[in-house]
Amino acid sequence: MRIEELREHLCSVYPDLCPLFSVEFGDGTLTVPADRLFSAAQDMRDLGFDLLGMLTAVDRGETFELVYRVRSREMSAAIFLKTEVPRDEPRIPSLVPLWPAADWQEREVYDMFGIVFEGHPDLRRILLPDDWEGYPLRKDYADERIIRRPDYI
Amino acid sequence: MALVDDLGRALERTPGGGIILTSLDAVMDWSRGHSLWSMPMGTACCAMELIAASFARFDFDRHGTIPRADPRHADVMVVAGTITRKMAPAVKRLYEQMPDPKWVIAMGNCAVSGGIFYYDTYSVVRGVDEFLPVDVYIAGCPPRPESLQDAVLRLREKIRAESIAPGRSRPAKLVLPSPTDPRAGGVATADDGSGEG
Repeated sequence: MRIEELREHLCSVYPDLCPLFSVEFGDGTLTVPADRLFSAAQDMRDLGFDLLGMLTAVDRGETFELVYRVRSREMSAAIFLKTEVPRDEPRIPSLVPLWPAADWQEREVYDMFGIVFEGHPDLRRILLPDDWEGYPLRKDYADERIIRRPDYI
Repeated sequence: MALVDDLGRALERTPGGGIILTSLDAVMDWSRGHSLWSMPMGTACCAMELIAASFARFDFDRHGTIPRADPRHADVMVVAGTITRKMAPAVKRLYEQMPDPKWVIAMGNCAVSGGIFYYDTYSVVRGVDEFLPVDVYIAGCPPRPESLQDAVLRLREKIRAESIAPGRSRPAKLVLPSPTDPRAGGVATADDGSGEG
């Protein structure tokens, strides 16, 4: 399904989500405030986006941006779902009730960024050891074991 | 070389008998060095070369190096790949489960020093020798199976210098007088019929 058709379909079913829809780098993107993420994701799933392809986070300095890639096999379409959470209070509802595939990926984002997914059934570190301190993919992560690459290499 | 390396020919040349006298060290080192069952600790792309080494083209069985999935069957652990800080305790535990005598081959740059993960990495152990006693290092990213083959032969040379008596070693190169050995005179030629170079 082409993006224009997708936008028309989305706007006809959910008029309140229509102004949040945009096209970024040729991909349909739905940018929502954090408190509307769960309901928007639920609407997307009910619209036919039955597959959560991946989810990740981006360190934007003051905020963390959360990026979800959801797909619809029926419509043969995919969109990005984006939201932002403040850095000092990184909490977001878990999407495990909607897509069980979110389970381990939310654990990974928690592991790397320290973003707390509220309502997650088993939120603990997945890649790093359980006693690890800090969140390595944050830009301000400091670890005395890291050796910085010198300029001449 | 120890006499046991050349046992068949030596027996053949012994007039009227089949008795060979050698040292227990020589027999032990020969048997240990020629059946180095390996514990393939493949954690990254080096494991591909490690697997290739076991199969028909490189055929490590002919060296007596047979991969065993159980550490309790293994003599040498081949650490092939990046070891992360989370993986390191598991690798150490597997090493501790191997029966003595045991050896370690660090295969590839990651196992040697951390490799490309040396700089700017929070999770990688910089060389498996931080927690294991490594006997042979192989450089490469990844090394070819020939390098691994070379490492096995180097390890065999190292084992040849070991003694079963604690704290002792023996001369690695034991040259026995064997005037009929065609290799004693110099470089073997193609027409000497021995088939060995």
